[in-house]
Amino acid sequence: MHELSLCQDVIEQLTALAEQHGAAAVGKVTVRVGALSGVEPVLLEHAFLSARTATVADQADFQTEWVPPRVRCRACGTEAEVVPNDLRCPACLSHETDLTRGDELMLASVELLVPDHGPPAAATDHLHVKRGH
Amino acid sequence: MCSTCGCNLTPGNRHLLEPPVKATRPGTSPESVLGGLLAANNRQAEANRARLDAHGILTINLMSSPGSGKTALLEATIRSMREELRIAVIEGDLETENDADRIRALGVSAHQITTGTACHLDAHLVAQGLDNLDLDAIDVLFVENVGNLVCPASFDLGHHRNVTLLSVTEGDDKPAKYPVMFRASDLMLITKVDLLVHLPEFSTNRAETFLRRLASDAPVLTLSARNGDGVAQWQDWLRRELDGYRALTHQKRTLTPRIQPDGARPHRAENPQVRFVPVPGASDARIQRR
Repeated sequence: MHELSLCQDVIEQLTALAEQHGAAAVGKVTVRVGALSGVEPVLLEHAFLSARTATVADQADFQTEWVPPRVRCRACGTEAEVVPNDLRCPACLSHETDLTRGDELMLASVELLVPDHGPPAAATDHLHVKRGH
Repeated sequence: MCSTCGCNLTPGNRHLLEPPVKATRPGTSPESVLGGLLAANNRQAEANRARLDAHGILTINLMSSPGSGKTALLEATIRSMREELRIAVIEGDLETENDADRIRALGVSAHQITTGTACHLDAHLVAQGLDNLDLDAIDVLFVENVGNLVCPASFDLGHHRNVTLLSVTEGDDKPAKYPVMFRASDLMLITKVDLLVHLPEFSTNRAETFLRRLASDAPVLTLSARNGDGVAQWQDWLRRELDGYRALTHQKRTLTPRIQPDGARPHRAENPQVRFVPVPGASDARIQRR
């Protein structure tokens, strides 16, 4: 789809996160890309290389995490992973299914490079935070 | 594709990159303004929808490959329904007024948008189209999108229904090849069925089977604008949708397509996992310069 503009959106979020936590730079970014999001991971990775220039992420390692579609069957309740152009229930072949994942486009994880005195404690209270060693 | 060709810039949203925007945000490069484009599109789409609802105009986004018969469908619809419905059309093409001229020749208002190089319509372009139409004199507005089975699916225009045309000369496996587009369809219209006698390889059942595999329960209709086959069923669908839409707007509610395009969803972090890596000597200075 429109990968460059999406990358700019990611950069804005990274800049906000870095500011919020007093980080010097972004080390690593992982974006989750659903197979039905309309976004092509390879194009997104290429676009990120242009988008990151002169930003807090200009040295960041960018990774995508491909999410295949997953459906829940309204008829038999089966939940299963499927392919983008066949969203039927693999158990009973009903087409009455709901997509439970696979259309998302989401910033999944971020590694922030912080000064060695650590991030300000108050800023991290509301976030799910895994401390690095 | 769009990451390199810049096709997310259309004559309708290019102003977002022009000097006034940069002037209000010193130090912002054109590239970094791009990030707001989808959000800006979605805000404009909501404004368009509110404006259309205030006038009670059911708005249908017609999408398909180039040459699958969108304009011919409109001509057949106008000829057969103009006594019953006040119809208007917004036409999207890269160049020429040809399609709008065909519609105007039937005595119906049409606004032609020429997108230049952009491969889709966006909400800003449609807003300009609305400015050029008499909204008090329209029951149903058709937006004929740029012929393309990829990008138009990603932009909310503020419309109420998506109709995707599949002409029999294209092959019956298009829904399997372009799942994002066909999954978003509220109606799949198989067109040019008068040519089926010459195309034994096209099966309407197979086309419908591929659509059902996308977990879509959208109706499938067949139609020939040339000989009129199926036009009555298409009219019935249109009347039902208009009745349903009017019932909703009377309750101050609106109608949206069954699947909203990816671009319509907020691309924001939903609790991203944040990991901190202490770096000796790392300075706070870099992030201050923004």
